[in-house]
Order: sequence, then structure tokens, then C-alpha cells
Amino acid sequence: MLMSTILIIEQILNGLQSGIMLFLMAAGLTLIFGVMGLINLAHGSLYMIGAFAAAAVAGLTGSFVLALIAAMAAAALAGVLVEMLVIRRLYATDHLDQVLATFALILIFSEGTRWAFGSFPLFLDIPDYLSGPVTLPCGIQYPFYRLVLICVGLLVAVGLGLLITQTRLGVQIRAGENDREMIAALGVDISKLYTLVFALGAALAGLAGALVGAIQSVQVGMGEPVLILAFVVIVIGGIGSIKGALIGALLVGLTDTLGGVFLPQLFKLFMEPSAAQTSGSALASMSIYILMGAVLIWRPTGLFGART
Amino acid sequence: MKLKSLILSTALAALASGASAESIKVGMITTLSGGGAGLGIDVRDGFMLAIGQSDRTDIEVVIEDDQRKPDVAVQLADKMIQSEKVDVMTGIIWSNLAMAVIPSATAQGKFYLSPNAGPSALAGKACHENYFNVAWQNDNLHEAAGAYASSVGYKNSFILAPNYPAGQDALTGYKRMYEGELAGQIFTKLGQTDYAAEIAQIRASGADSVFFFLPGGMGISFLKQYADSGVDLPVVGPAFSFDQGILQAVGDAALGVINTSQWNKDIDNATNAAFVETFQVEYGRLPSLYASQGFDTANLLISALETAHPDDADAFRAALKAANFDSTRGDFEFGPNHHPIQDIYAREVIKEGDVYTNKIIGVALENRGDAYAADCSF
Repeated sequence: MLMSTILIIEQILNGLQSGIMLFLMAAGLTLIFGVMGLINLAHGSLYMIGAFAAAAVAGLTGSFVLALIAAMAAAALAGVLVEMLVIRRLYATDHLDQVLATFALILIFSEGTRWAFGSFPLFLDIPDYLSGPVTLPCGIQYPFYRLVLICVGLLVAVGLGLLITQTRLGVQIRAGENDREMIAALGVDISKLYTLVFALGAALAGLAGALVGAIQSVQVGMGEPVLILAFVVIVIGGIGSIKGALIGALLVGLTDTLGGVFLPQLFKLFMEPSAAQTSGSALASMSIYILMGAVLIWRPTGLFGART
Repeated sequence: MKLKSLILSTALAALASGASAESIKVGMITTLSGGGAGLGIDVRDGFMLAIGQSDRTDIEVVIEDDQRKPDVAVQLADKMIQSEKVDVMTGIIWSNLAMAVIPSATAQGKFYLSPNAGPSALAGKACHENYFNVAWQNDNLHEAAGAYASSVGYKNSFILAPNYPAGQDALTGYKRMYEGELAGQIFTKLGQTDYAAEIAQIRASGADSVFFFLPGGMGISFLKQYADSGVDLPVVGPAFSFDQGILQAVGDAALGVINTSQWNKDIDNATNAAFVETFQVEYGRLPSLYASQGFDTANLLISALETAHPDDADAFRAALKAANFDSTRGDFEFGPNHHPIQDIYAREVIKEGDVYTNKIIGVALENRGDAYAADCSF
């Protein structure tokens, strides 16, 4: 198999794209965990709701842009409802109680979606104006839509960065991450802040679900694998840090993609092909967790987490 | 886990009819929730359609959801054998769950009629006289794809499948009948959704064709991403990635792909025509090959019940082996290891009006048994 420059560049782009979509999930998760101290396992369900809403709206109207807006709105709305009805009771409780409650939400959302939409995967496709490959400067053919995903992800990252550093809301979020009780004492309406942060995280998850659902399969349970990766990302990046979520997500995306492709190749240098393929793939699927372990040994609170 | 129990007999009916009220209990363990639910739902719907269409009122079907988890399936099987005391079991979709449940169920004397999963172990060395497979042996559709690929002149295929028993059987099966070279071979992660890396490798490999086995959501993701990538190589695969339930979710990306199957809705016989029509009337959708497999399994069971009851194991086994029923595939016969001997067709994905479906374009393999029959002895 060729190890050409073209293949390497294409795989790097793939890693970046998968990383940036992971960032959309991780950003919401890290904000919620950082500001509210809440472990939210239902984040994957919000991703799924975004994808289903996009599929439904795209099916009705034929417009991808409307579908994306619907995805963010539906996920944000679901987030607000969940926050007001369930999450509010969990702030003062143990992390384990939060895990139990949000896990129950996963089951409720999954079966609810199946009840509403049926058990077969839904059709969601990228619009014609975004489809097809483009030729990049080095002569590589790369899908245009994946480049769009990378751009959208970077725009969201910049937007979030500006939000956190330049706006009043951002100040409140940063203060809340630092010392929850103090900002409540200083007169900030905590419950509104929390609902807003939760809705923001949910909207990002819904956007990710819609964008990724267009090139994958929109089906019940699509959010859980992404959720697990998102948790790995926020642990690597540091809880509460958007910058950490971005760097962590890109690291995880690149490690996962490049590891999966090149570790088997590496093994083939000193093993025979089928054993190399098997051991290489096995090591590749462990690679992001090994990365997480290595980061934690070096920086126990993550790359950009609060220094203890 | 939901307990869905359909009771088709009442004591009053038995008394009124005056016929023998020795009812038979069927335990169906299949996947009704989660990502792979479409297959189990199709099998169940096909099976229950046949049960409903028969005149018998003495068949009780207990249906449980295995959630695609081997440990759940094992618990359900134990419950069905020990507390529900079923006579016949059926339903499992996935080969890993089949390997967890079937060997112990058949060892305990229960009959198992597989409407889908056909792992090679159960066709060969680990075969059992109580195990019948009404669908195919896992390798069959892949062997047909390999035979088709060679017949149209593909010489350098890139092949991929997920890393689990059926995926391994898939690539083994393709390579058995395919006569060309391999540009590359990849085992992907079961449940993987992003294939950008694999598609990049296909692009770089210089292949002239692609063969893949990626059932369910995995196949949808791969096809959409492949169609968008600009890699324009012809694609061949087994029906599992192009069945009726999946095609609507993939859309145009699947058009023109050739896939192999032992059944299609346009197979020309009266049973099949009636099946397709009544399925649409009953469930409001076109049947897939999984639905046809469920339908045939139920009809096989009913035909065997005409001659014997599972309590008389030898007679019932002989009745099953005789396979004296009208199959949606036309003539149906079992090989010596209780797996079908049948034609496998090549089909093309087309659009009929608004609906994506398949059309048979030829026979890829005629009268195909399986490669493991010789290893089986009981």
C-alpha cells in the first residue's frame, strides 16, 4: 500500500475534520461541566435530536440551511426543557446521581425518538452545492463538504472564544467556572446563566449532529460513541477550557485517524501482513486512551485545566 | 426489555374445533431496539405475517428484544428454555449473538431455525442436527459477489468489512470465488461511522473495484461518504448494505451499485408475489430480504408441524429437513448440514418512481451450498 504524500495529507485533513466535529460536542460538554459542575451523559442524545430534527426539516422543506437552524433550535429547546425539569435538581447532588439521572435521559430520548420516527435510519443528505470533491493545491481530491465542516468548526471555535473573552456572558461563565457561590453572592442570576449555558452546549451538540448526520447515518444511538470521545477530549483538554476542548479534540481526531492508518503500516515493517494489520488496528483503537493517559500523567488536570 | 407475547390460541377455540390442542411455543429472540433494529423488525414482521396467514391457531410466539447484546441474548435464551419452555427458537440477527446462544440451546434439545445469522462454525465443525438455517450461510452472498466481480472482469479489488465473525466470513467468502488480485484489505471497527480514512486508502491503492460488507448504519455512512469523495470505482457488495430498509436512507449514492442476494421482490413465483403484496398491505412498506427470511422460516415451521410435533424430535427433524413448503425463492432444499442450497442473484439498485429498490440482473451463483458442509457431521 502506498504511503504517498497525498495519502498523508488527506488523512491529516480527515483527522482535522473529525477533530473539529468532536470539538462542537466537547465545547458544550466542557462548558456544562466547568460552569455547572454537571456530568451530562445526555449530551449524546442532544446530538441525536439535532440530527433527527435536521432530517425531518430537510425532508419537509428541502433546505439544508433551514435544517441546520432547526437542528440547533430543537437541541437547544430540548436542552432548556431538560435543564429546567431534570438538571436543576441535580446541581447539589453527587456526580454519581447526575450520571444516573442523565443516563436515564439517554434511554428516554432514545426510545422516544424511536417512537416518534420509527426504527429505520432517516435520510439526510448534503445539499448539491456542497457535494462532490474539489481539487486542492497539492493535487489532492478532497470532499468539499468535509472542508466546509472544518471551516464551520473553526468559525464556531472563534465565535466561542470571542464570546468567552469579550462579552459579559463570557465573564460570567469564566467567573462561574472559578467560583460558583461567589458570583451568586455578587448578584448574578445563576439559574438563568445555567439554563443559557446548557442551551448553548445543546445547540452546539445539535449542530454537530446535523452536520455529521448528513454524511453518516441518522439513527437512534448515534450520539453515544461521540459522547464517549467527547469525554476523552475534555479530560485531555482540561475541564472548563474551550481552548483545551479545541486542542484536545484536534489531538484526538488526528491520533485516531492517523493511528488507524499508519500503525498497521508501521507494524508491517517487522511483522507479516495479517498479524501487522490485526495488532496495528488493535493498538490504533487504544491510541486515544493511551494519549489521554499520557496527558494525564504529564498534566493531571488536562492540558489547559485549572492548575492545582 | 419489553415482553411481547402474542397468544394465538385459546382453550375455547381448541375445545370448539375439537382438534388436538397440543400447542407449540416458539421463542423469538431478535433485535428490536438500537441501531440495528430494522433487521429484527423485518424478520419479526415477515415471520408474524406467515403465522397470521396460516390457518393454525396453536402456535404461540414469544418475542423478546436482545438489544444486539450477546449477554442479554443469553439471558433471554435461558429464560425461554427454562421458564417459558419453548419448543422451537428463532430470530437472532447477528452472528456473535448466534454463537453465544445457539450451541447451548441446541445442546439442550431445542430446535433452532435461523432466519438470518449463518456463522461458518455452525455450518461446519460446530454444526448440530437441531440447527437449521433458512437464510444462507454467512459466506454465500459474499461468494456470489466475488463470482460476479470475476465474471465482469474486475482484477484488483479493494475489500473491507467490520472486524467481527460475519465480517471475517464476508472477506473469506469473497476471496473464495474472486479470481483477481487484492489492492487492499481492511477490517474496520464494528459500529464505525467515519470512513474518510478508508476511502483515502482506496483512492491511493490503485484498485479497479471495491467490495464492502457494512450492514446497517455503517453501510449508509460509507456509501454517502464514498459517493461524495470523488473515488469513482465500481462497487459490489452483499444485499446487507443495500436492503430495502437502508436504501431510502442512502438515496442516490447507492444507485447503480450491484449487490448479491438470495431473494428479491421480483423473483417470479406466486408465493413471492403474494408475500410482497400482503406485506405492503399489512405493514405499509416494501419487504426486505430479512422479511422474506422471516416469512420463509415461519412457513418452514408450519410445514413441519403438519407432519410432526417437536416433542417427537426425530420425526420433527425429518419434517424440517424435508422443507416441504412454498418458499418466496421458489424451490427450497436443505444441504446435508441443514443450510440451504439455492441460487444467489446479482441485483442492481434502481429508482422506481420515488422509491429506491433492487432489480435482478442475473444469477451470480447457481445451486450454491456452502464451503463448510464437508466439515459437518452429526
